[in-house]
Amino acid sequence: MSESVSKPEQGPEQATEEQQAKGAPSRRSVLGWGGAGLALGAAAAGGTALALTKDSDMVSAASAGAAVPFHGEHQAGIASAVQDRLHFAAFDVKTKSRDELIKLLKDWTEAARLMTAGHPVGEGGYGGLPEAPPDDTGEALGLKASRLTLTIGFGPGLFAKDRFGLEGKRPEALVELESFPGDNLDPARSGGDLCVQACADDPQVAVHAIRQLARIGFGKTAVRWSQLGFGKTSSTTPDAQTPRNMMGFKDGTRNVSGTDNAALDKHVWVGASDGSDWLAGGSYLVARRIRMHIETWDRTSLGEQEDIIGRDKGEGAPAGKSKERDEPFLKAMKPDAHVRLAHPDTNDGATILRRGYSFTDGTDGLGRLDAGLFFLAYQRDVRKGFVQIQRRLSKNDSLNEYIQHVGSAVFAVPPGVRDKDDWWGRALFA
Amino acid sequence: MRPARLTVLTAAAVVAALSAVTGCSEKSDASGDGVIHVTATDTACDVSTKEFPAGKVQFEVANKGEKVTELYVLFPDGRIVAERENIGAGTQANITAEIKPGSYEIACKPGMTGDGIRQQVKATGQGATEKRSPEADAAVAAYRKYVQEQADETLPKAQAFADAVKAGDVEAAKKAYAPSRIGWERTEPVAESFGDIDPKVDVREDGLETGQEWTGWHKLEKSLFAENKIDDADKKLAETLMTDLAEWQKKVGQAEITPTSMANGAKELLDEVATGKVTGEEEAYSHTDLVDFKANVEGAQKAYELLKPVASKNDAELAKQLDAQFAALNTLLDKYRADKTGYEFTAYDKVGAAERKELSDGVNALAEPLSKLAAAVAK
Repeated sequence: MSESVSKPEQGPEQATEEQQAKGAPSRRSVLGWGGAGLALGAAAAGGTALALTKDSDMVSAASAGAAVPFHGEHQAGIASAVQDRLHFAAFDVKTKSRDELIKLLKDWTEAARLMTAGHPVGEGGYGGLPEAPPDDTGEALGLKASRLTLTIGFGPGLFAKDRFGLEGKRPEALVELESFPGDNLDPARSGGDLCVQACADDPQVAVHAIRQLARIGFGKTAVRWSQLGFGKTSSTTPDAQTPRNMMGFKDGTRNVSGTDNAALDKHVWVGASDGSDWLAGGSYLVARRIRMHIETWDRTSLGEQEDIIGRDKGEGAPAGKSKERDEPFLKAMKPDAHVRLAHPDTNDGATILRRGYSFTDGTDGLGRLDAGLFFLAYQRDVRKGFVQIQRRLSKNDSLNEYIQHVGSAVFAVPPGVRDKDDWWGRALFA
Repeated sequence: MRPARLTVLTAAAVVAALSAVTGCSEKSDASGDGVIHVTATDTACDVSTKEFPAGKVQFEVANKGEKVTELYVLFPDGRIVAERENIGAGTQANITAEIKPGSYEIACKPGMTGDGIRQQVKATGQGATEKRSPEADAAVAAYRKYVQEQADETLPKAQAFADAVKAGDVEAAKKAYAPSRIGWERTEPVAESFGDIDPKVDVREDGLETGQEWTGWHKLEKSLFAENKIDDADKKLAETLMTDLAEWQKKVGQAEITPTSMANGAKELLDEVATGKVTGEEEAYSHTDLVDFKANVEGAQKAYELLKPVASKNDAELAKQLDAQFAALNTLLDKYRADKTGYEFTAYDKVGAAERKELSDGVNALAEPLSKLAAAVAK
């Protein structure tokens, strides 16, 4: 065993965050300048400010560094440095009205804009009319922005004929995924007309964000399924170490870096020439809930585990090499090794940006850990990305004995919200 | 099945809070501005004055203890006039309530448990009550009438149920069970405001406290639908049920009802659906959950329709949304009954998971805007 296993690594992000926290303005003071108008507005609207909690002890901040900018050419949460926690939700659209759907997307955008900056939604979590529930549910009050990103996606159902008049705008690359060998997909954990990926360094912040959006959506949307994730399993920053998955292996070493613009343009961002104008600058997302047969994996010998993956367990070096980031020599791996089969060289260069998270949803009724990988992959074309790679993996990967795909969904991810007048999906509905 | 919560907070709160914001309420005596100062600690609950003029009264609570506390203003029979929970140590909170002349108890609850530390207080004189709009007064009067009608109509139906039980006729009793509950379910929040009746007539087995005897509809439901029997104890229970329901019928006209309590009651009815009916927990043996579901929605809709003249003036968009969502939920419910005028619904154990999800989505779609009704009424 390599020594590096037991050495706790402190990521650069942690250190900077501590520094930021020290000099950061508290949420109170943020409310002071931003919220003065808010408070007056609330009073004018009949706000009561009854709960006069003198909470000077509420140290909190939307400190500059802890908030990821919401506006931009691309949506945050794709190439952004991967945060530690995830709450992902897929929604069914219940309304039949195009106008209502548009209103919802505008309301969601506004809420996302506030929350990603570390603010509560609407008029906040307290101080309003005592007879009415507060606009914000309040569980993130006093917490930092925690690098919250909110990323929306549009599922194939949204483009269905006679629904919202979007059938002509469905991108060709937004394909329904084929049934891969070994899939055991649960419809209750699959699909969805809309999805929102909430990533943050604090799970409460991520959960809060999805909860607010679900609440705003009631009547227009309904949550179809959702997934909590912890422990990023891949990284878009060249970390000192790639994080480990629930099998104890590093499996994201060769991920697309969030700063490698050439690779992002080639493999992740949809181009202006790709056929759907409204999606230029966007991407496609494939989400798969991959259950791991944890107990049988744990009874597998170290040698076999390493053969199956194609890397050693301690350092994470590709077979026959000594360092994690050494160029893999694929022929040194077994023909059915996971890394060999997933590698771009095996797949005509197919490259995807992974942002997956580990999940554990307690135990199933048989006492087995209900755990695995919530796999999230962004790509420029689903057919040339995930589909191409998964065809090979589902057929040949020796890892298949220990995993099963139990949930699946695919979404077109629109480009970024440009400014305060812009909203999620504006170009699609134009 | 919910604790009694019929708050009497009214639009007065808005006025008081605005003056609190501007600092006008910082006088220290009850005589002038109606502010009563309550100093709460972990062992005491001091009230600045034990007698004050009735009317719009503001309580200013300073929690100088170590524990989180609550403040309750209670009628002599324990019903809640006004309350505020979660008053943190070292913090201050204001409560405004409309208080009629009479005796009251003020209770601080350090640690938010137990009966609390209580003080007797008295509201004196005529006391100008909060002026309401004629529309709001009309809504309250009409709702009071509705609540009484529901109780009056329920008694004969409950009697038919009780008679069938007493005659030992299992099949007839099963048939009479769900209809006997409709009036109760339509007005549940009001019924629940009399804290002692609800636990006697509508408690479920899983809601029993240690040592509490199980009486009421659901005990009989289990005998009839799960055990398919009627024994002497059941026959006695049917008698007791009638006694308790007669008390409800007698008391219901005296319930404290305000526009905001009506609005919150409507929301609570949907909460009942969301937590008990949609899951099938309410009628675990008879599976007649959809009858209760429909009755809860009808009761909520009645309260809303009566408040609509007030609410739509203040928030037309909300009224539009509520109209649409009530209609949508009723349409959805109609899928589960052949006769649109009757109360024969599909047994809930025959309603699949996907359909339950659809019903749950429908409830959320209505309950979320409905939670804003009280604010629209109080504006």
